[in-house]
Amino acid sequence: MLGTFACLTTLTLLGFGTEVGTTSTPWWALGLALLAAMIFCGLLNVLAERVAYRPLRRAPRLAPLISAIGVSFIFVNIGLFWQGPTPRRFPDLLPQYDFMSQFFGLHTLVRFTFKDLFVLALAIPLMLGLAWVIRNTRMGKAMRAVAQDTEMSLQMGIDVNRVISFTFLLGGVLAGAASLMYGLYNNNTVFTLGFDAGLKAFTAAVLGGIGNVSGAALGGFVLGLLSALTVTYFGGQWENVGVFSLLVIILVFKPTGLLGQALGDRA
Amino acid sequence: MALLQVEGIHTYYGNIEALKGITIRVEQGEIVTLIGSNGAGKTTTLRTIAGVLRPRQGTIRMGDVDLTKTPPNEIVRLGIAHSPEGRRIFARMSVKENLELGAYTRSDSDLTSDYERVYTLFPRIKERLKQRAGTLSGGEQQMLAIGRALMARPTLLLLDEPSMGLAPVLVELVFRTIQEINALGMTVLLVEQNAHMALSIANRGYVLQTGKIVLTDTAKALAQNEMVRKAYLGED
Ligand SMILES: Nc1ncnc2c1ncn2[C@@H]1O[C@H](COP(=O)(O)OP(=O)(O)OP(=O)(O)O)[C@@H](O)[C@H]1O
Ligand SMILES: [Mg+2]
Repeated sequence: MLGTFACLTTLTLLGFGTEVGTTSTPWWALGLALLAAMIFCGLLNVLAERVAYRPLRRAPRLAPLISAIGVSFIFVNIGLFWQGPTPRRFPDLLPQYDFMSQFFGLHTLVRFTFKDLFVLALAIPLMLGLAWVIRNTRMGKAMRAVAQDTEMSLQMGIDVNRVISFTFLLGGVLAGAASLMYGLYNNNTVFTLGFDAGLKAFTAAVLGGIGNVSGAALGGFVLGLLSALTVTYFGGQWENVGVFSLLVIILVFKPTGLLGQALGDRA
Repeated sequence: MALLQVEGIHTYYGNIEALKGITIRVEQGEIVTLIGSNGAGKTTTLRTIAGVLRPRQGTIRMGDVDLTKTPPNEIVRLGIAHSPEGRRIFARMSVKENLELGAYTRSDSDLTSDYERVYTLFPRIKERLKQRAGTLSGGEQQMLAIGRALMARPTLLLLDEPSMGLAPVLVELVFRTIQEINALGMTVLLVEQNAHMALSIANRGYVLQTGKIVLTDTAKALAQNEMVRKAYLGED
């Protein structure tokens, strides 16, 4: 949500704040907005980790969860202060183009618009990039080591605080990119956006298997389908019922998620 | 000056005083062993040296540095590597990645000779580089834990029960390995249940009992000592 506000503010400053259905897309402005949102969200995340999670590193598990809820309240209120309580329009800057009808000449109900392509073109490289960083780089290996066994990571000489900071930076940067995609796709934003998105992201991650990037992607996909089907067949008010019933069902029957492996398989 | 000087450390788990004033000296090039029965505080001693536990009292000096004031990840950089009790390998990462993490602090880029050394010592590890470390057999995991510690090319190697869970032939191999790496100039502080083997390769030893050092001598003398023979070598 704060990411979409960062995009919105950047675009407004650049003079594209109120655009509705442009004919020429200002790619440079979108690029700047993307950069601004990535930096803003990345640094915000690092700051949140520093003040709300790091002091609780040795506390019982519930403590960081509670402070996470606190951080979320603070973010929501910053958003309320920043853009007010009513939903805001997000400029519609992408070309209005439907590949199905205009390119393939198929006049069906199914549409594949430029917006869809844009989201895919941004999300897929980012996801592959993330997976690559985690799999191959020194930092990525340190991240996985810290996730598995923090104490042993220290004894490998890994600066655990730095690695965790970096992980939060990475998460924030990706959230920043997601917020531009969300804004341009849905053309609106509201100060409670992140709360719902956060719950859904969490559900997707649990569904796919915590700690598994491809699992999270698969979880997001399944979740999206389920939510769309629920809205279509039962109506919008049932969306969250569908989504969170799924979460409960997974937690009960397969807490490790679709692709997850049992944690703690230390022999 | 000693390579490592542990001076009167008291380490607690909550209110339980696990170490009640331990003093240990390790000289450059030595193999020093800590023996003692279950719960004597051997593991606690190594963990305190490695910096994962902090003593309430006492100092641990390596050269001019007080390790009790050094973060554990910096202690590795000072040249102390720890192969901990229970192996603690990164089970969900590959064998190769475990070795890479062992070399995490190494700034010199050429690790070829270090990998070669580990592969020569443990050919089994070389055959399984791509395998998930958690799927290794217990003995293989132990080899990996030792190999991982060696990858840091430490000046002082802390080994906590390296023979645990290994078949007798492998125990032999591990102890021979310890001697070999010691001959290459690495100092070793060795904790062992297998007091007989430990004393046969060590220069000196300390006997721990409920958090205190009750005896220290050359390994040869300890192996002859009546009390040691009865309590730790299972002779009567
Ligand atoms: N995490 C812990 N919390 C509380 N007490 C502990 C903890 N770890 C060890 N202790 C206690 O500290 C004492 C020393 O334990 P330590 O593990 O150092 O023994 P040890 O000599 O390594 O034994 P072993 O030969 O069985 O490995 C024991 O009494 C043990 O119960
Ligand atoms: Mg022990």
